[in-house]
Amino acid sequence: MSNAHTPVLKARGIVKRYGRVTALDRADFDLYPGEILAVIGDNGAGKSSLIKALSGAITIDEGSIELDGKPIGFTSPMEAREAGIETVYQNLALSPALSIADNMFMGRELRKPGIMGKYFGALDHKAMQRIAREKLTELGLMTIQNINQAVETLSGGQRQGVAVARAAAFGSRVVIMDEPTAALGVKESRRVLELIADVKARGMPIVLISHNMPHVFEIADRIHVHRLGKRLCTIKPDDYSMSDAVAFMTGAKEAPDISDAA
Amino acid sequence: MSEPAQTSRKKQEYEHTLDSSDSSVAQFDHKHRNLFDTVQHFLHGNPTMVPVIVLVFSIIIFGFVAGPKFFSPFNLSLILQQVAVIGILAAAQSLVILTAGIDLSVGAIMVLMSVIMGQLAITLGVPAPIAIIIGFIGGIAAGALNGFLVTRIKLPPFIVTLGTWNIFFALNLWLSGAQSIRSQTLDEIAPLLKFFGESIAIGGARITYGSILMLAIFGVLWYILNHTSWGRHVYAIGDDKEAAELSGIRTNRTLIMVYGLAGLVCAVGAWASIGRVGSVSPQSFQEANLQSITAVVIGGISLFGGRGSIIGPLIGALIVGVFNSGLRLAGVDVLWQVFAIGWLTIIAVAIDQWIRKVSA
Repeated sequence: MSNAHTPVLKARGIVKRYGRVTALDRADFDLYPGEILAVIGDNGAGKSSLIKALSGAITIDEGSIELDGKPIGFTSPMEAREAGIETVYQNLALSPALSIADNMFMGRELRKPGIMGKYFGALDHKAMQRIAREKLTELGLMTIQNINQAVETLSGGQRQGVAVARAAAFGSRVVIMDEPTAALGVKESRRVLELIADVKARGMPIVLISHNMPHVFEIADRIHVHRLGKRLCTIKPDDYSMSDAVAFMTGAKEAPDISDAA
Repeated sequence: MSEPAQTSRKKQEYEHTLDSSDSSVAQFDHKHRNLFDTVQHFLHGNPTMVPVIVLVFSIIIFGFVAGPKFFSPFNLSLILQQVAVIGILAAAQSLVILTAGIDLSVGAIMVLMSVIMGQLAITLGVPAPIAIIIGFIGGIAAGALNGFLVTRIKLPPFIVTLGTWNIFFALNLWLSGAQSIRSQTLDEIAPLLKFFGESIAIGGARITYGSILMLAIFGVLWYILNHTSWGRHVYAIGDDKEAAELSGIRTNRTLIMVYGLAGLVCAVGAWASIGRVGSVSPQSFQEANLQSITAVVIGGISLFGGRGSIIGPLIGALIVGVFNSGLRLAGVDVLWQVFAIGWLTIIAVAIDQWIRKVSA
């Protein structure tokens, strides 16, 4: 059925070199509408570089990336965001001393209507706080009581929640999440997985990078196995076991045909 | 992916025990705190309260020690007048320190720009308003040079501004020939340069335009930092530069603007300093760099960046002014004023460290 769709986000033959190291070696990538695509791979396989290329944090040396069939060439995360691609980074990219509302609107603050906003750049703090509160409530995160609370006073799971809410609130095309459960405890991981499912339920396609096989197999629709800087294969979680997936990504087992689930 | 509803189909085996557990996630702990913790949390939320409390206490204490003279309108306005130039430099310094940088060249930029304004107006006969504007542009350029070296050449701010401090100081001696421009000469040719030394009398108080200028600069910067996107970006960069970058802020561009704005504020301070001293003196304000940092630190802005209010350094400068005035009126030797300020600085940083350690 997925073959009927055209990919939302598609990359062909992308290459990224850091000096002598080739982090991405003619890698391909496809994300279809409405799906959760997990990206797995061993350390140093080039997952992070792939994600950074898709989210504009690095500029690729060769290859092409298309969003909705249109070629894109991001040179900054800002451009990717403007195109509707939101990323939840592993380090969350939150400013700890600033408030939840400040963080959610960082880099896209709302200005007051009228002269004060137009000529004096006055920020509309009230509107931003209201919207931030709405977005967090939508995702069931209002155990956070005070929207003006500094992010550093939140627990790990709550911070992750703020970062996910920010991405879900502003991402119009794709949400990319890098290791969203890596730093969390069992209960908080469960909550974040539910959040991811909530975001998906609104029809937003999600790219999920994770080392946690149980989480990947639970939530992903398809799994992109990255190895030695390129896509090794794409598998469906129902067709293979976790140990198969680990075997593919470490090279212990021959990979199935690449077109298996694409 | 044909049945998206299936997504949260199966829980992990080991998670089934969770069903019987408390389902709340990361609730806030409302355990009773002792007074010490409460104070720490309050100060963490309101870091500017520390300097405000210190200011209030020092005014009360010096009021007792130095007697009623201390509270005379004349003395209070004198304190404001004495801290004006350092206060303006502290405002410039705050901008840079908020980005987790430091600017050792603020004093040198200020003196250099006052010499440029003076030399243009007096020696070259340039009309005073144009000389002043050229000085402002020079201040922006000097600051932007710092910002360029910090962001593009990627040198630590301490090293960059240590270097430019010396460079600007040497240029200042070269341009001025190490000669002052006397007050009478300024009065004859370019009285506008001394504008901020003039004052208005309210009751027994003599409030100079320089004092008003300082308050206005703090007001404008307060607005910019708290009520514009650019201001929020300055805090975000100081807090975590990489996170700010990933949030889509053009950090290097913002940083160059921060240093440039700091340079402009220094140049405005240069104009005020001519009014304060009454002449253009290339040897004046030698200690201004460190005094500005002292005011910022006492004012509760963290040297690690991203924390503190711009109002803090204003209070910090006033604290230094109150200490100096109070100790002088009490007949204490000047060296003990310096001694007291030294301890005050160390205590201020210690308090900052303690507040930052607050447990969430």
